[in-house]
Amino acid sequence: MTPPQAGWADHPAALALAGRHRVRVWEPIPWVLALTFYFAFPKHLGFGTELLVTILFAISLDLVLGYAGIVTLGHAAFFGAGAYTVGMLAKHGIWNEPITGLILAAVVAAAVGLGSGLVLLRTHGLTLLMLTLCTMALLEEAANLAHDYTGGFDGLDSLPIAPLFGVFEFNPLYPKTQYLYVLTVLFVCFVFVRTLVYSPFGQSLTGIRENMLRMHAVGAPVRGRLVLCYALSAAIAGVAGGIWAQANAYVNLGTLGLDRAATVLIILVLGGYGRLYGAFIGAVAYMVLSHFLSKIYPTAWQLGLGLLLVVIALFARNGILGIAEAAVRRLRTPHATL
Amino acid sequence: MTTPLIETRALCRNFGALAAARDIDFRLEAGARHALIGPNGAGKTTFVNLLTGVVQPTSGSILMKGRDITGVVQAERVKLGIARTFQINRLFRRLSVLENVCIAVAERVGAAPSMFRPAGMRRDVVEESMHLLDSLKLTADATHRISELPYGRQRLVELAIALGLKPEVLLLDEPAAGVPSAESHIILDAIDGLPRNIGVLIIDHDMDLVFRFAERITVMVSGAVFATGSPGEIGADAAVRAVYLGRAGHG
Ligand SMILES: Nc1ncnc2c1ncn2[C@@H]1O[C@H](COP(=O)(O)OP(=O)(O)OP(=O)(O)O)[C@@H](O)[C@H]1O
Ligand SMILES: [Mg+2]
Repeated sequence: MTPPQAGWADHPAALALAGRHRVRVWEPIPWVLALTFYFAFPKHLGFGTELLVTILFAISLDLVLGYAGIVTLGHAAFFGAGAYTVGMLAKHGIWNEPITGLILAAVVAAAVGLGSGLVLLRTHGLTLLMLTLCTMALLEEAANLAHDYTGGFDGLDSLPIAPLFGVFEFNPLYPKTQYLYVLTVLFVCFVFVRTLVYSPFGQSLTGIRENMLRMHAVGAPVRGRLVLCYALSAAIAGVAGGIWAQANAYVNLGTLGLDRAATVLIILVLGGYGRLYGAFIGAVAYMVLSHFLSKIYPTAWQLGLGLLLVVIALFARNGILGIAEAAVRRLRTPHATL
Repeated sequence: MTTPLIETRALCRNFGALAAARDIDFRLEAGARHALIGPNGAGKTTFVNLLTGVVQPTSGSILMKGRDITGVVQAERVKLGIARTFQINRLFRRLSVLENVCIAVAERVGAAPSMFRPAGMRRDVVEESMHLLDSLKLTADATHRISELPYGRQRLVELAIALGLKPEVLLLDEPAAGVPSAESHIILDAIDGLPRNIGVLIIDHDMDLVFRFAERITVMVSGAVFATGSPGEIGADAAVRAVYLGRAGHG
């Protein structure tokens, strides 16, 4: 018999749980690479900035899709909400300071997420998928119709974004400032999401994803948690949209479109969802693949991407990272039976 | 008479034309060891679903310690002290056994809403969960994912999760179903070892288990309570034998 005060902190299961959030040795790699990119490819910082924004957007989607299991095809609604917040405030001369602008973008997007989440998250599966799509389409159409404020189909360009800290100009042709700014914001948001997913709150989201019925039965306020998660994710997507508008000094209907929502979903599935770093791997893989495929098959490159997705969906549900994880596990336990 | 822990009054639930619960008047006393038996499709699971709020009654009311909880949502009922296990495992399959229990415990102690502290650092939660696993002889499996466990062991995790909620009312829907007989004693021992102040309602088709465990038995047939009494009375009831016990022999 174990005495009651024995303490289980040393049990492998408890250790595994307690050590799960620790920073792994390889985790600085993407950040080091991102900084290296800055110095190595000064001519491609525009591309790099776009990539970083995409990663940020994909991370926000990972929170809802990968962790909470909310299947959405309308996540660009929040990206667009953030982008238009920044765009309209700047264009109409109300507010153009970048950092506070991002906070406003996050607040507006979170509000959209909260409002739509309260209604949408009563549903599941295909219904939910369709409703997220509809919400996004509604917003897009609203932005199209409110021509006087949003610029309608043409969008708003030449946004007068103030220099960062009043010093660093956003030069669209030579986006050094943008790149480092986006990288910093990405890092802050990533740390936030990372903390969140390892917290008890994040654990309960995973629980909801794994078995919603059981979560109800352990007394979790399931819908409240989902709505909160949705709003937080929306806020991050809003930051991604806002920073995209700032970096490019324009905003258009594309920020709210299905194309963007579908692309980020593809990226996350490609990289592996529910894995934090899937967003990074997926975004890079997507950019590289579309680059090469469009060179080889200029007219039908999306077909190649589509086929690859089918293969991933059929044989590698957990994306590129999932394949890597399985390989590592194999290597570590060559004779594993389980 | 003292106020029962759980009481239902004329509880009804229809699924379309099917009456899965018909005018059920039922009492679960404090500290009860109560068994609910009946043929397949009698409405036993539906009754548990009604008590836990998974299913809303068509009419009738549910009371806990005299308070009407008919309109109280599932999560709130858990907070009031009603916990259940599922007839078919409902576990977090891709999470470790320890995590499965931790999620329940974290929810009970109010740790779950916190966003900034790593879950594994909640020593109190982990410690209590490990203790529970220990009491069910599951520590050796604690690191394993549910999907790696044989079904019988998974049943024990079901029980561990329910116990992690420290309930006052424990509803066990066929807890030993699918557990190899060599291991079913672990479940029985766990149930025997429950604090006496917990009221336990157990559903099972295994008559040995039922008669060994129960101090009171309710027989359900076609959605209605057919008979209630002590094990002696139920065992001797010719009508019960006719509708149920006789058939259970080859069921
Ligand atoms: N959600 C539902 N929708 C429609 N019918 C249902 C639903 N849940 C249960 N039923 C029906 O209600 C009846 C009672 O089912 P229930 O699962 O409560 O029986 P049970 O006594 O638990 O049976 P078993 O011993 O097989 O577990 C069955 O005929 C079942 O088909
Ligand atoms: Mg049943």
